[in-house]
Amino acid sequence: MLEFNQSSKNTLLVKFSGDWRMSNELPSTDSFTTTLETSPAIRKIAFDSDSITDWDTGLLTFLNQLLEQCGLRNIEADRSGLPEGARRLLDLAAAVPERKGARRSEKQASRLERIGKAGIGWYAGAHEMITFIGEAVVAFGRLLRGKARFRRSDFLQIIQETGAQALPIVTLISFLIGLITAYMGAVQLQQFGAQIYVANMVALAMAREMGAMMTGIIMAGRTGAAFAAQLGSMRVNEEIDALSTLGIPPMEFLVLPRMLALMLMMPLLTLYADFMGILGGALIGITSLDLGAVEYYEQTRNSVQLKDFGMGLFKGVVFGILIAISGCLRGMQSGGSSSAVGVAATSAVVTAIVMIIVSDAILTVIYNILGI
Amino acid sequence: MEKNNLTDAHIRVSDLTMAYGDFLIQSDLDFTVRRGDIFIIMGGSGCGKSTLLRCMVGLKAPAKGSVLFHDTDFWKAAPEEQERMKRHFGILFQRGALWSSMTLAENVGLPLEEYTDLDPSAIREVAALKLALVGLAGFEDYYPNEISGGMQKRAGLARAMALDPEILFFDEPSAGLDPVSSRLLDDLILELRESLGTTIVVVTHELASIFTIGNNSVFLDPDTKTMIASGDPKVLRDQSGDPKVHNFLNRSAPGAEEDTAA
Repeated sequence: MLEFNQSSKNTLLVKFSGDWRMSNELPSTDSFTTTLETSPAIRKIAFDSDSITDWDTGLLTFLNQLLEQCGLRNIEADRSGLPEGARRLLDLAAAVPERKGARRSEKQASRLERIGKAGIGWYAGAHEMITFIGEAVVAFGRLLRGKARFRRSDFLQIIQETGAQALPIVTLISFLIGLITAYMGAVQLQQFGAQIYVANMVALAMAREMGAMMTGIIMAGRTGAAFAAQLGSMRVNEEIDALSTLGIPPMEFLVLPRMLALMLMMPLLTLYADFMGILGGALIGITSLDLGAVEYYEQTRNSVQLKDFGMGLFKGVVFGILIAISGCLRGMQSGGSSSAVGVAATSAVVTAIVMIIVSDAILTVIYNILGI
Repeated sequence: MEKNNLTDAHIRVSDLTMAYGDFLIQSDLDFTVRRGDIFIIMGGSGCGKSTLLRCMVGLKAPAKGSVLFHDTDFWKAAPEEQERMKRHFGILFQRGALWSSMTLAENVGLPLEEYTDLDPSAIREVAALKLALVGLAGFEDYYPNEISGGMQKRAGLARAMALDPEILFFDEPSAGLDPVSSRLLDDLILELRESLGTTIVVVTHELASIFTIGNNSVFLDPDTKTMIASGDPKVLRDQSGDPKVHNFLNRSAPGAEEDTAA
């Protein structure tokens, strides 16, 4: 396919033959380089392409590398022996010189620089979040004064999406969580013949902790991600700009109904999850621990007080606010491309789950200190 | 000659510099849009045409300089004043930017709901009329994703016209439209100017529309990062001495100006 022929003392004839297409295995330019190195007298190369049967970009990239080598060694290349089309395409590629500064340099930043940049990024992120929370509070203020502008139909739609439509998954997860808790407790408590206390354990765990937490995590994955994706694609589609130019603040029109809906729906879903979890525990208690239904019910009733549910519900409200903030914030921050929307949705879920767990820990400590 | 006649100046951009962070987009922009003009912002891809539009409609603050409407500087005005000024703009975004969760009638009706005291049935009447004006009668209850791109754009125009704005801004109105729809949109723009006296600002690089509708323009150059020509595009086409402007408006390749220049 490739032959070198030193036709005169200082001229090398490069002879191509056969099929020079990318799909074939093409020779590398190494043989050319070694030929040049072994005969330093060569000052000029010429081409013979008469026996090429077919060619495509494979030939062009080969030629490009070859010409680059020639340029480095100050060797003149006579292109007249190349196929007409290939010659024209090479000229076309060289017609517009490389724009200065357009090529991205892969300069490795120093460790200190990267730490500094990460620090600045973190600070900017925190600043944006605080600004967003501030704006959300102002929007709530306007709502309380009855001046917030959003459409009731949007609000009801969001309530339906975040509330009623989340019921099946909340039912399934919390029922199973109750069931698992009961099983785990039963193994230990049975050793002392105290299996009746499974009822206490399930009821307290669900009411004070697991109901709110599991609902929070479900809603972060379900609704938080949906908020971020909705607002992000509205950003991409310039819909948010269209609102701002009309003088309708997106904070009131888009974010407020979402936050409000989650704040209202989270405690309801939490309460529902509590009961579903207790029901799951009861199923185990009654079927595999030989406890009577009435007995289990009475034990549950005596073990939890209203305040235990209240604590869970309060957590639910807090989690709702956190999920709505992270979903809406990430959506509003989203960049203008479709991959940015995906990043926003992922980041919304991660932010929400981290905030849920951290705030849950804080609230639990506070409850403990307050002795409730 | 009438360029400096400030009595009918509707929008005045003076000494405007735009940048994203440290990255300069355009600087030293100075031009006047007269009342009733169809003003074209033109230039090659990536020269900052859309960014200039965003500065003019209040979506992006300029790094320096001012945008004056009736001699009031938008970017120095108080927020309430800015809101009030924005109410006189109508904007057609590049892809229509219709609110996807609302029907066309609701899209057109939302500005009316916000800023007029009309009752819902009257709002629907107005929305239907605006949609009929852009040739979308009967599509009131369609959602944006149920209609074609060209129809979305026309619906976007209906929404931009909802409050009978004094100034209509168009961001690349013919992008993504076939030649016939693009021509129809041009006719519609001319009709709006004739019948309502609306001042119109259009960002475009579509030569056919530039000459059909434009009577005043500014040409932005991405290399020098400033404006290099302004005035009636037809005059610029025939008389501009700047090779970049000449090539752009005559659709000739760089280097060909020697052959075609008079």
